[in-house]
Amino acid sequence: MTSKEMLNHLVAKHYEGALQAKKEGRPVVWATSICPQELLETMGLVTVYPENHAAAIGARKEALTFIEHSEAEGYSADICSYARVNMGYADIRHAEAQDIPLPDLIFCCSNICNTVIKWYENLAKKLNIPLIMFDMPFNHTYEVPAHSVKYMRGQIEYAIKQLEDFTKKKFDYDKFGEVMKLSNATCEWWKKATDWAKVKPSPLNGFDMFNYMAMIVCMRGNEDGHKLFKLWHDEMEAKAKKGKGPWNSAEEKYRIIWDGIACWPHLAVTFKTLKKYGINMVTSTYPESWNVRYETNDLSGMAKAYASNYANRNLDYDTDNMKKLVDDFSVEGIVYHSNRSCKLMDFRQYEVQRRIAEATGIPSVVFDGDQTDPRNFSEAQYETRIQALVEMMEKNKEAKRRG
Amino acid sequence: MYLGIDIGSSSSKVAILDEQKRIAAVSVLNLGTGTDAYEEVMKDAMEQAGARKEDIKFVVATGYGRINFKGADKQITEITCHAKGASFLMEDIHTIIDIGGQDAKAIKLGENGQVANFVMNEKCAAGTGRFLEVMARVLGCRIDELSSFAEKSTKEISISSVCTVFAESEVISRLSAGEKVSDVARGAHMAIAKRVMGMAGRVGYEPKVVMTGGVALNQDMVRCMSKEMGCEVAVAPYCQAVGAIGAAVSAYDISHKKEK
Repeated sequence: MTSKEMLNHLVAKHYEGALQAKKEGRPVVWATSICPQELLETMGLVTVYPENHAAAIGARKEALTFIEHSEAEGYSADICSYARVNMGYADIRHAEAQDIPLPDLIFCCSNICNTVIKWYENLAKKLNIPLIMFDMPFNHTYEVPAHSVKYMRGQIEYAIKQLEDFTKKKFDYDKFGEVMKLSNATCEWWKKATDWAKVKPSPLNGFDMFNYMAMIVCMRGNEDGHKLFKLWHDEMEAKAKKGKGPWNSAEEKYRIIWDGIACWPHLAVTFKTLKKYGINMVTSTYPESWNVRYETNDLSGMAKAYASNYANRNLDYDTDNMKKLVDDFSVEGIVYHSNRSCKLMDFRQYEVQRRIAEATGIPSVVFDGDQTDPRNFSEAQYETRIQALVEMMEKNKEAKRRG
Repeated sequence: MYLGIDIGSSSSKVAILDEQKRIAAVSVLNLGTGTDAYEEVMKDAMEQAGARKEDIKFVVATGYGRINFKGADKQITEITCHAKGASFLMEDIHTIIDIGGQDAKAIKLGENGQVANFVMNEKCAAGTGRFLEVMARVLGCRIDELSSFAEKSTKEISISSVCTVFAESEVISRLSAGEKVSDVARGAHMAIAKRVMGMAGRVGYEPKVVMTGGVALNQDMVRCMSKEMGCEVAVAPYCQAVGAIGAAVSAYDISHKKEK
């Protein structure tokens, strides 16, 4: 079985498992994408991730049904489109792309943004179910401060009590240790697999990273996820050793960073336009978010890892992070997705762009889009920017050739 | 000979260079993508240059309509073509402000007139030629009369709506409140200048600044741009056709590189 086949199989298994659990009367949790899932896994709670589900709906071009429903309910078009899709789904309860069971518990961690706080509170209130909330304030200092780690640790300890009350079961700390170990191992394989893109040409087609990402969100703490990313890594290693690039039908001519979330409703267009010019997205600021690593049984380490997500870090950190990606992945250009949904990512984008251009001299372009709302993207405008980026990258290559 | 064609959203432009890299023809028609205007400008330019089809060695297409234009040997974006064209026509340029039918862009040039960075408007036509077309319609004048009206302005009026549609109703209410056409026309120019200045600021503009695109024909608009940027803003010769000239220069350069 190839990793791609395994990925498709596991996605199906994940959703079928959740629907079956609901049928059997077992509780289902809805959780945010970078939450301490170790607690849920330890408790054996079936978990679905609304962000994953909204992305799948977006990729299947079905998002508008849910978005329009939410807007008619009174939610502003300026609210994140994942939120509008998911709140719409909570009412409509059926999507051609994929159905998910309604939740019995909401599990929310605000380390990814502030919108999730009100979005998940709304869900809990509307469905009249309990809510476990991790409040993770933005890190204004370069390093994650000790008080943030302490605050997060306290919340993890409190969440364990809340989960014990919800499940009426004792929390099994031995199993917790095992889940921690497995989660770290899975993240390590995710990181190792995506790091193969550092090789020139990259054996990894960066858009595959967007597809595999669904599984690092929902299968970090179980054996299936671990096997998948190990297999994917081995495939990348074999390709790299043979000197194979990202595609069979074209060569990698330029290597770029994609900043921000994918444009799911226009995934094919955004990918094919890049490929047409031989551009491979070798890395992105965003998939690194799931490299959540700490020592097994170190609760403070785990708290720190969840407080350290890049979206929750300050401008200087973000700039250094991007500079490092440029160096590590031999990047020649950057495409910034100005994603109307994600104010947190966009807010600093212009300044990061300015600083990176100054520090590295590599060209970049910004395009307007959205992670799931198809209305905020224009194909012609996207292509003009990509083509202009190619022209700038080519001039740099020429200058290098001339010495 | 070497031909550049720029098919924009509201006009089509063709330029031809001869073997000595001199301009042999420039033709502009105010009809853009989706029309047959490109055939007409092409014919006109060929006649001006006294060229037959077989004399044209290389064709570069640019502008919004470049993707669907079938007769090009290469497509190059309007960003690179404006940089090429402006650097061909003028010396020591560091910043280009190009305002066309539905695009407004600020381009910063690096060494040898290459594009170092650029910023363009996205989903919105505010700050573009289309905005001025709407304003002219509401003010009841032709677009080429806006400049002479605005020159007579004696009072500062601010048009604050970012959206072209809302700005239209804002202008109507200003006029019904008794404001003069000349003051409102100047207000519309300043609204564009402020919006484009935002892009120029982001790109990190430096003098010498040159303006290209159809809106550069509006002298009051150029003065407003200069006031807003705090430096002289020159107008490129053949301002509407700078993209087409840049495309022709690229066609020449590509051909000669091949011959080497």
